[in-house]
Amino acid sequence: MAGEAGLEITDLAVHYGPVRALRGVRVTVPRGAVVAVLGANGAGKSTLLRAVSGTLRFHRGGVTSGTVSFGGSRLNGSPAAAVARGVVQVPEGRRVFARMTVAENLRAGALGVRDRGKVAEARDRVHALFPILAERPHQRAGLLSGGEQQMLSIGRALMANPSMLLLDEPTLGLAPMMAARIAATIREINEQGTSVLLVEQNAAMALGLASHAYVLEVGEVALSGPAAELAASDEVRRRYLGVGTPETDRPVGIDAEDAPPELTPRPVRTLPRWTA
Amino acid sequence: MTTFLELLANGISVGAVYALIALGFVVIFKATEVVNFTHASLLLAGGFLVAKLHPALGFWLALAAGVAGAALVGALIEFLIIRRARVGSHGVLAIVTIGVDILLTTELTRQIGTDVLALGDPWRDQVLHLGPITIAETRVVALGVAAALITAFLLAFKFTGWGVAMRATAEDAETAALMGVRLGRVSLSAWAVAGALAAIAALFLCVFPTPGLDRSTTAAAMKAFPAAILGGLDSTTGALAGGLIVGVTEALMSGYQSQLAFLGRGIGDAAPFLVMIAILLFRPAGIFGTKELARV
Ligand SMILES: Nc1ncnc2c1ncn2[C@@H]1O[C@H](COP(=O)(O)OP(=O)(O)OP(=O)(O)O)[C@@H](O)[C@H]1O
Ligand SMILES: [Mg+2]
Repeated sequence: MAGEAGLEITDLAVHYGPVRALRGVRVTVPRGAVVAVLGANGAGKSTLLRAVSGTLRFHRGGVTSGTVSFGGSRLNGSPAAAVARGVVQVPEGRRVFARMTVAENLRAGALGVRDRGKVAEARDRVHALFPILAERPHQRAGLLSGGEQQMLSIGRALMANPSMLLLDEPTLGLAPMMAARIAATIREINEQGTSVLLVEQNAAMALGLASHAYVLEVGEVALSGPAAELAASDEVRRRYLGVGTPETDRPVGIDAEDAPPELTPRPVRTLPRWTA
Repeated sequence: MTTFLELLANGISVGAVYALIALGFVVIFKATEVVNFTHASLLLAGGFLVAKLHPALGFWLALAAGVAGAALVGALIEFLIIRRARVGSHGVLAIVTIGVDILLTTELTRQIGTDVLALGDPWRDQVLHLGPITIAETRVVALGVAAALITAFLLAFKFTGWGVAMRATAEDAETAALMGVRLGRVSLSAWAVAGALAAIAALFLCVFPTPGLDRSTTAAAMKAFPAAILGGLDSTTGALAGGLIVGVTEALMSGYQSQLAFLGRGIGDAAPFLVMIAILLFRPAGIFGTKELARV
């Protein structure tokens, strides 16, 4: 790990009431890195991000053991405190404020920032990354296309000047072209100095971006290592990259749903999902 | 015709006051999804403070104290009760607010007893003649103040950081939290603002031609509930429209009571609720609302 402490998750266990969603999870994101977390539906990927951003309580869940720390000190589980420390999450499913305009959504993203100069700077950066957001400031976010909403969702998170960006399935439901664009933007954001923890089902895309990757299975880390090694490992190729099908070489756009059934991980104990 | 115009002017003025109350109600609902039944007692608390303090402090200071006091009571209810019960269902919380309302109202009406308290306002019983119509000065002031407050409120809601935080929270609380919005503060501020608006409304519900603040003031405040509900519980525009509809209906029904005698006496008091029921039959979420009360 490069000397500076980034995000360190140690021995994390999370429960939703009696339901255990994570156990003994250890994930490290060194400063400046892109780290990917892969896993099937229900593996606990979103739960991991919620534990970092402090939003488990919105799902009646909580950390039952382990710690999450950033920059060497613990995150105390309050979302506002995490944002103030520079840890910002882009939620699964985009979740733009549909009734508000594009500009208002961006403004909402900066609500945790006091310095007006910084907000203006962040807006310029977001507009440069996503020109479409600059072109349509007054459009209602609910009327944007899925890809545009994803850009807005990422742009909104960037308004808080994150040093650690948590992305939950940013390419979910996007056409390959748009997914590739989002991937390119994530790389650009990282090159501008933001560390990224990327949760994806699109393993090919995620392994292409990340330096390290973790595979979650039923709430535990089943595999981890340098992304290139994982991409080459038989297990990952078989389960997530659809080896033996023409999908293999496609850089982006492989959805777990698209993969033939026999390539999905061993039957996962399915638990009721109370909130979407 | 003159009667009609006078009734209409009075109705609009009272309606604007109802809109102030309904606006607070809507703000709380938007920020916390709680249907707040303590509103009538918040209003009574504000009015009571003005009535008790004006002999010592003078009207304007007493009014400021009443507004601050009602805001504080609202904030305390949020902080001590609503926040602690956060995980509970919103339906249960609504019932909790009914309990708090009963407690507060009982204590305040015990304090008021059988008195009718004057609020010491400077307009007294003066009337203005505007062309053919004669209207109480208090009504004109009420309309002006309510319109100004509502405008200021809507501008703040649209353009300030507070307003953006409010709307973001109303739309998706979890995502708002991810933006660094402190939901506790949003909720606290909603309750405080609602309390302050209720105190202003208390003033205008108790001045001329009403004799003063007494135990029946809560009944007047109750009319803001149908106003908020028929407009749409989660719509600020709805609160305005609802307030005006209720105010005007009530004024016209009371004014033409003799012609409407077949409906029974006191139809003016029942009118707001009748209108509410009629509108909910056709639009279950209210005129401008998006969330049905039943789904809360
Ligand atoms: N609010 C909740 N209450 C109870 N169980 C929950 C809740 N949210 C998630 N779970 C359970 O926790 C486990 C992990 O869910 P999580 O949403 O983290 O998975 P995920 O890897 O993000 O899946 P997906 O790819 O479908 O988004 C699942 O078994 C899920 O059913
Ligand atoms: Mg998920």
